[in-house]
Amino acid sequence: MALEVLLWCVAVLLGTGVAAVPAATHRLATSLVYGLAIGVSAIALATAGVVLLAGGPVASTLKLPIGLPWLGAHFRIDTLAAFFLVVVNLGSVTASLFGLGYGRHEETPARVLPFYPAFLAAMNLVVLADDAFTFLFTWELMSLSSWALVMAQHRRPGNAEAGYIYLLMASLGTLALLFAFGLLAGASGGYAFDAIRATAFSGHVSAIVLALALIGAGSKAGLVPLHVWLPLAHPAAPSHVSALMSGVMTKVAVYGFVRIVFDLLGPPSWWWGALVPLLGGVTAVMGVLYALMQHDLKRLLAYHTVENIGIIFIGLGLALAFEANQMPAAAALALTAALFHVFNHSVFKSLLFFGAGAVLTATGERDMERLGGLIHRMPLTAFVFLVGSAAISALPPFNGFVSEWLTFQAILLSPALPQWSLKFLVPAIGALLALSAALAAACFVKAFGVTFLGRPRTPAAQEAKETDRWSLAAMFVLAALCLLAGILPGHFIDALAPVAQALTGENVPRQEQLSWLMIVPIAESRSSYNGLLLFAFIALAAWSATGVIHRWASAATRRSPPWDCGYPDASPLTQYTAGSFTQPIRRVFGSVVFRAREELRMPPPGDTQAATLRVRMRDLPWDVLYAPIAGLVGFAADQLNKVQSLTVRAYLTLVFGALVILLMVLGIWQ
Amino acid sequence: MAIVLDAVVQLGQLLVVLLLAPLLTGYVRMVKARLLRRQGPPLVQPYRDLLRLLRKEVVLAHSASWLFRVAPYLIFATTWVAAALVPTFAAGLVFSYAADMIAIVALLGSARFMLALAGLDVGTSFGGIGSSREMMIASLAEPAMLMVVFTLSLLAGSTQLSSIAVFMQGPVGLRVSLALALVGLVMVAIAENARIPIDNPATHLELTMVHEAMILEYSGRHLALIEAASYLKLLLYLSVIACVFVPWGIAVSGQGFAAYLIGLTLYLVKLSGGGLLLAVFETAIAKMRVFRVPDFLGAALMLGLLATLLLFVSRVA
Repeated sequence: MALEVLLWCVAVLLGTGVAAVPAATHRLATSLVYGLAIGVSAIALATAGVVLLAGGPVASTLKLPIGLPWLGAHFRIDTLAAFFLVVVNLGSVTASLFGLGYGRHEETPARVLPFYPAFLAAMNLVVLADDAFTFLFTWELMSLSSWALVMAQHRRPGNAEAGYIYLLMASLGTLALLFAFGLLAGASGGYAFDAIRATAFSGHVSAIVLALALIGAGSKAGLVPLHVWLPLAHPAAPSHVSALMSGVMTKVAVYGFVRIVFDLLGPPSWWWGALVPLLGGVTAVMGVLYALMQHDLKRLLAYHTVENIGIIFIGLGLALAFEANQMPAAAALALTAALFHVFNHSVFKSLLFFGAGAVLTATGERDMERLGGLIHRMPLTAFVFLVGSAAISALPPFNGFVSEWLTFQAILLSPALPQWSLKFLVPAIGALLALSAALAAACFVKAFGVTFLGRPRTPAAQEAKETDRWSLAAMFVLAALCLLAGILPGHFIDALAPVAQALTGENVPRQEQLSWLMIVPIAESRSSYNGLLLFAFIALAAWSATGVIHRWASAATRRSPPWDCGYPDASPLTQYTAGSFTQPIRRVFGSVVFRAREELRMPPPGDTQAATLRVRMRDLPWDVLYAPIAGLVGFAADQLNKVQSLTVRAYLTLVFGALVILLMVLGIWQ
Repeated sequence: MAIVLDAVVQLGQLLVVLLLAPLLTGYVRMVKARLLRRQGPPLVQPYRDLLRLLRKEVVLAHSASWLFRVAPYLIFATTWVAAALVPTFAAGLVFSYAADMIAIVALLGSARFMLALAGLDVGTSFGGIGSSREMMIASLAEPAMLMVVFTLSLLAGSTQLSSIAVFMQGPVGLRVSLALALVGLVMVAIAENARIPIDNPATHLELTMVHEAMILEYSGRHLALIEAASYLKLLLYLSVIACVFVPWGIAVSGQGFAAYLIGLTLYLVKLSGGGLLLAVFETAIAKMRVFRVPDFLGAALMLGLLATLLLFVSRVA
């Protein structure tokens, strides 16, 4: 039943996309498309939510006579799929709500409206697919429709290049997944997931499939060093699409990884549990360091997606390590932490991208160095952006903290692992996780502080207007969810229990019956956290402080110019900028990671010429990995170019030679 | 009945930390002055400072937003709650299970987040310099702190401070890991509380300050709240060190009134001992340059990691 409803929702979305092609320029098209997307996604969200909360182990399947004639298209919904459908459709509902307001400023709606519903439909279909062909087909549909959305404003500088790199990386990812499924299906060609599940794989095959899944799903999710396309492509799209790509599509990639590695591939080897968390830890720290160096608000957010994907893969990798060592309870905890972070990240990342979109509409600027003081002009947007910033920086009482705390609790279980390399590696990964959380806080102090606080740096920032009601509604819904998941995490963890049960055969203790709504991942004597109580405590303490101060302290307030140690400067240009804010961190970390070099040129005393400071940074993954490949491809293309202008005789010789070689090969083969 | 008593003790703890925090700061200042052969301000000077600030009017910059006015209350509330969750004279209180050591560190992180934002709010260069440096210091101090937590939780099998305190009261013996963790924790505490050699709490020399630069624009009741929060933070870190490394005397829930009294007396002794050591250390050392701070905290981080790894090795033997 649920599956039929979801497939109908997908069909309606696809139909909307097709209908929007001729109708996109109509006056009402924007409202109709987004309105319809809200309604359909809300139905899909409710359906998936019901399946997840019902939590049974039963999965319903359906086979449609489309696709490959001998295979058909298989669809299936189990608790894992239901959870990811909740994430996908929650993102879709809020993004469409935001789009209702934001889409009105779109210059070329015909380039957005047809692809937007198709993108939503494709993400739903990937999660529902139950055979390799359908999975890859819908995966590719998801990539292409999002590529079209990235290219919506293709005349903006940089967007065409972003789209090109995205297309290349998406093709690479699909190629890797194609090989992975080829190996999984084996010589007999059992492409249905049921057939794959029933097969046992040898160690070599599963190792290669793991590597291919890491390349395929990891490149879509943004694992370092396959992340290069992400910070280019995500910001290039319209902001609500950026939110979907960063908050939701990367989660569909995580789903692909979980489905292949946890569900289809069978029992893991222990070294997977070393490789995946290490990749995750490196990704988390690199992502946040890249983000710190950015001045473009949307690109900064995109790099934070890389960071959070790293945190999710730390959790997933730990789950693999525990599962390989027959520690199902610990594996369930690590997996629950990762999945909870999937949900949390989709919520706050969408919220932050919406905020960036609102700022972009209000000022036309993405460069933080040209913003500032927006809290006065856009108080509501500033408030929700602050909530999102606190949540992504893993600060209690918001939701980001809870999932990172759970990941830490899983890390703290690592001493029980028998392998020495894991024992030594996992605490180091814990340090990486802590480092990335602390740096994320620094980065969001910068992002919020430079954009919203201080004094406006340009006239555009000075004349900004608060964004529209639809956009605000979408942001407030998500901000409320950030707080709700932070103070009542037990309910969310319980909802994830059937997923963990299905994949690891165990789940974390049920949280609902615990007194005071606290969460206890293993045992109360070991660790516990109570977001609700902390929130109540903080509220109570703040309230009593306010009460005491209003009762007894002086209430007099006077406005004056800032003190600034006696030398207040009227120009807003003397404020700290994003670049100056991160200068200490750039000196500490950037000199190693980015080979950052600063060149200061001071004019001699008496010279009134301006001093200049130049910062050079290198993008090492790009320089080491991608630039040589690009160079090689260019070289090969140049060499092949010579073949293009030969004489007819030369071509005939080539054809003859090829024929002879082919026949020789055949002869030897026989 | 027991739960009522526990709640009363919890409430008592909430008030004890609030009342003792300015005293501790006054005590450290007094000892430091005596070490410098100065008379120094009286012990109760911080209380007087707070009252004086509360009575003064607030001077707000024109460019200050609502965040600037709300932040002091949130900073104070968060720090106060964090300080009240650390076992000072009694462990295992009703609400001590609301947050473990990681959550307490994160709560302080929330307070710092607000403070750094408030530093940027008015849009002056000094606020920016303070926020920027504070976040750089925090980005290293927090991982170092968590590595210490890691070591302790591996030993005690828990991240709850109450459980750790009870565990450490038992026969733990001398361990190299614990010594390393202690050194790491002390280094983090010095950095987090803006003490010498990282930052000078008494300075108003512009280019050397971190914490003071962030709060430069605050005045009146807002400044009082922020000052109180920083007093509380110092008390919190001394309490954490005392509760983990000298846990003797901490009363466990249900031991009766006398135990609480002993716990409170010993807590005062521990605080004065800690304050004395801090004052002596601060007097004996010179402040370091800002870009030496990463080396200092990097060492703390490495000590924490080393403590964890040594624990594995020592378990084999």
